[in-house]
Amino acid sequence: MSRRLRMLLLALGGAGFAALFAAACLELPHFGAARHPYGERAVHAALARHTANVVSAVNFDQRAFDTLGEESILFAAVLGTVVLLRQTRGERQVRPEPVAVARPVRRYSLVMVPVALLTGLYVVAHGQLSPGGGFQGGVVVATALHLLYIGVDYQALERIRPVGGYEVGDAAGEAAYLVLGAAGLLGGSAFLANTLLPYGTFNTIPSGGTVPLLNAAIGMEVACAVVVLLARFLDQAVEIVDGSGE
Amino acid sequence: MNDALVVICLLLVAASATAAVAVRDPERQALVLAVLGLSLAVLFTVFQAPDVALSQLAVGSVLTPLLVLLSVRKVRRGAGPKTRRGTGPDRGGRDRTRPDAGPQPPGGRGGRDGATG
Repeated sequence: MSRRLRMLLLALGGAGFAALFAAACLELPHFGAARHPYGERAVHAALARHTANVVSAVNFDQRAFDTLGEESILFAAVLGTVVLLRQTRGERQVRPEPVAVARPVRRYSLVMVPVALLTGLYVVAHGQLSPGGGFQGGVVVATALHLLYIGVDYQALERIRPVGGYEVGDAAGEAAYLVLGAAGLLGGSAFLANTLLPYGTFNTIPSGGTVPLLNAAIGMEVACAVVVLLARFLDQAVEIVDGSGE
Repeated sequence: MNDALVVICLLLVAASATAAVAVRDPERQALVLAVLGLSLAVLFTVFQAPDVALSQLAVGSVLTPLLVLLSVRKVRRGAGPKTRRGTGPDRGGRDRTRPDAGPQPPGGRGGRDGATG
């Protein structure tokens, strides 16, 4: 394909997209309008099932199947990373030297590790009540562990981070979501339907039926997935070198 | 009042996004990307979407820049002592990055794939 033809194709595609996008935007509800047809229905459905955080109700109840897809994307992406960034023939592992860390940095990060971990777990646990949830909290938990790398060194991080365990946790989180979905099916309604458990008292942690459970499954999956992902990248950046180099 | 806040946030996002594209050094780009993530998080908060803001903060301003920085480090290390000597006095930001990030891998990644496959 010549360069000219490619540019023509690009221009055609771009023009088509611009036209359709502009047409779609003209039909949108006005920005900041008082009425939101979808929002009102979503709030109504969330309150009917005693879920205080409507966004979580959308994610784990009304659109739980979409979330399964998103979770599987992350799972597949991490799986791909694990396969691609493995140690291959001709590469060897070098133990990174312990390095001196400036004292204030060390003190600050060691103080922040438990604070950040607790914040992450809080965000996961209260996903059905307040903004946040399994995904956001999971990322916070996973990155909190890596403060040890900043504050101490890579070996300290590796000690509290047996990657094998987190790989199992990643798979278990993904599986738990599927099992909870299948439980809805076996319980007499549909896959991932929130009809299995009592809805509980509004604005308490166990409220919302299966929402807190699905949220926790996502939290576990995301936290473990991010730890595994970062572990693979860190191994490449810190430990693994070409056999010929250095 | 609220409209002014929205406009300021939008301008902030536009400015940091443009900066993220304009900066060519991947290390600095990662930092600008973190700032872009932060300003997007502020924008989402102003739009009353705190859930999305939290995701954006966690992924856009922490995880993605971290992955970029780790990849940059790996690529530079993989280039071996040759580049390190070339790093020289000014840390070789601009000149060095492009040959590193672009066509460098054939020696590292590409050759390796051949060996394993």
